Amino acid sequence: MAFDYDKYLRPGKLPHIWCPGCGHGIAMKGLIRAIDTCGLDKSNTAIVSGIGCASRLPGYVDFNTLHTAHGRAAAFATGVKMAKPEMNVIVVGGDGDGTAIGGNHFIHACRRNIDMTYVIFNNSIYGMTGGQFSPCTPTGALASTTMYGNPDPTFDISKLAIGAGATFVARTTAFHATQIDKLIVEGIKHKGMAVIEVLDDCPTAYGRRNKFRSVVDMMKRLKEIAVPVAAAAKMTAEQLEGKVLTGVLYKEDKPEYCEQYAKVIAKAQGA
Amino acid sequence: MAKKVALLQGNDACAQGALYAGCTFFGGYPITPSTEVAEVCSIELPKIGGKFIQMEDEIAAMASVIGAALTGAKALTATSGPGVSLKQELIGYACIAEVPCVIINVMRGGPSTGMPTGPGQSDVQQAKWGTHGDHAAIAVAPASVQEIFTETVRAFNLAEKYRMPVQVLYDEIVGHMRERIEFPEPGELEIINRQGPTVPPEQYKPYDTAFGDVPPMADFGSGYRFHVTGLNKATDGFPTTKAEYVDAEQRRQIRKVDACQADIEKNEEYLTEDAEVVIFAYGSISRSARYAVNELRKAGIKAGLFRPITLWPFPEKRIAALGKQAKAIVVAEMNLGQMVLEVERVTKGSCQIEFIGRVDGEPINPGQIMDKVKEVK
Repeated sequence: MAFDYDKYLRPGKLPHIWCPGCGHGIAMKGLIRAIDTCGLDKSNTAIVSGIGCASRLPGYVDFNTLHTAHGRAAAFATGVKMAKPEMNVIVVGGDGDGTAIGGNHFIHACRRNIDMTYVIFNNSIYGMTGGQFSPCTPTGALASTTMYGNPDPTFDISKLAIGAGATFVARTTAFHATQIDKLIVEGIKHKGMAVIEVLDDCPTAYGRRNKFRSVVDMMKRLKEIAVPVAAAAKMTAEQLEGKVLTGVLYKEDKPEYCEQYAKVIAKAQGA
Repeated sequence: MAKKVALLQGNDACAQGALYAGCTFFGGYPITPSTEVAEVCSIELPKIGGKFIQMEDEIAAMASVIGAALTGAKALTATSGPGVSLKQELIGYACIAEVPCVIINVMRGGPSTGMPTGPGQSDVQQAKWGTHGDHAAIAVAPASVQEIFTETVRAFNLAEKYRMPVQVLYDEIVGHMRERIEFPEPGELEIINRQGPTVPPEQYKPYDTAFGDVPPMADFGSGYRFHVTGLNKATDGFPTTKAEYVDAEQRRQIRKVDACQADIEKNEEYLTEDAEVVIFAYGSISRSARYAVNELRKAGIKAGLFRPITLWPFPEKRIAALGKQAKAIVVAEMNLGQMVLEVERVTKGSCQIEFIGRVDGEPINPGQIMDKVKEVK
């Protein structure tokens, strides 16, 4: 039987704002399947976002949903989780929202290792505002504010998350649709900060300017650049040039923030 | 039974007042001269099972407070001028999303880093107009350690009752002053908690106007699933650009405070009944003003003190009446002319307005006020 997404979607809130060919819908469906697999109670789950195309997701899904200000999702989510640790907290948002204006909140949520799942939709552009370059836009690429080619170096979000202290970091692409939910499931089950980076495409604001003739071309590129971690281990540096690793990139068991704070409470109460 | 008394610093009294009000969450970032509020909360909150978190920056602190408040917690942050500047983005969020929370602003000089250890009162207009867009504001300005306690309690009550951020503004002098405080017994001060939904989850709308201008608020995780956004929204909480919804919601959010000004407004008047010169002062400067009034009366000058405890909404009617009664209103504040603008606006030229401003990190002393009063024609 086909999966019933309607169980998790708010009636009357579709169609979504995403353009035809946008990968965000694929990522959202992956998230919904993952939540279903984990059996999360809708009333005990918060979905928090910032601003941008991806951040519109919470409006479509039937949970406790919090569409915050630009970049601030992780900080709002930290407040929710600290105040009510029994809630499942999932953050969604784009690359610009999460790593530019929200970069500080992102790295500190990773550092605390607070138990939340952050799914970052990396389409390497600011789509909603019309295609300005983000910290994840490839160097040399064309954006509406880099019409001579992007002079900026790029962030590797997964490396950033690992470096900042996230204890579960995984990456996949919108092409690898079935892997999205598998990785999010692992992230939700992981106790601590889980970051799942989903590389996807923005045909409207990125593809058109950067000589992708169709959405299919963009999807083909995602397929071509993705190399599973296990396969990459057998490849040379030369062969890995221009590729991105996919799958679980990092996993570690470390004390989780709310559990650590529970110890603070116990100590303050003289236990 | 004798009341518990203590010699307490203003910032400490603020934290104690928050605890009395039922605060269970503090999200903050270190900044002089407010840091003691955070320090006391970090020690006291875990004792009652509450949460303290030091966030990565001022904006994050405000975000954590709003997040916590949405789960049902009474949440607090404390900062000073530069921190409030950063928090303005999310103070606006708390306004539009109607999330109750309390922001303490221990005022220092400015702009920018200014004089971190010196007192100031230059954030009083920021408390009203700091965040962009039209919105209601409630701000209170205690003038003693005891009053910091009671006004912090009142700030939580107003936040919960009107479902919005409330700012407590006091200058560094009051914040770092140590005075005798009498702790109210539990139950002695009224404690207000937000109105929860009375309809089943499937009928719940987070901004339902059927219940008046302050819609009942459900907690995240309580079974009432709803959407919260900083976008203009309809009564169901979902974004809209439909003119009639946007207009109605914006006006309601301002009306909910305007219509209840009598409940929110609180002033102290001293010898104003027959005053020919009214001194308008708040916070620590009101203490200099009271001293000046006593000295002026001894000299046969009919002076009085008007001390707004609620700064916003501004006590328009009472100041307009005093403007008609008195020859002059002398406004004394540690800035270069902020609340005096309101006094001028509402008195509409009915009396002489004199202004004393000071921004050198020193308080306005009684002598300065007396000299100015003596200049009144």
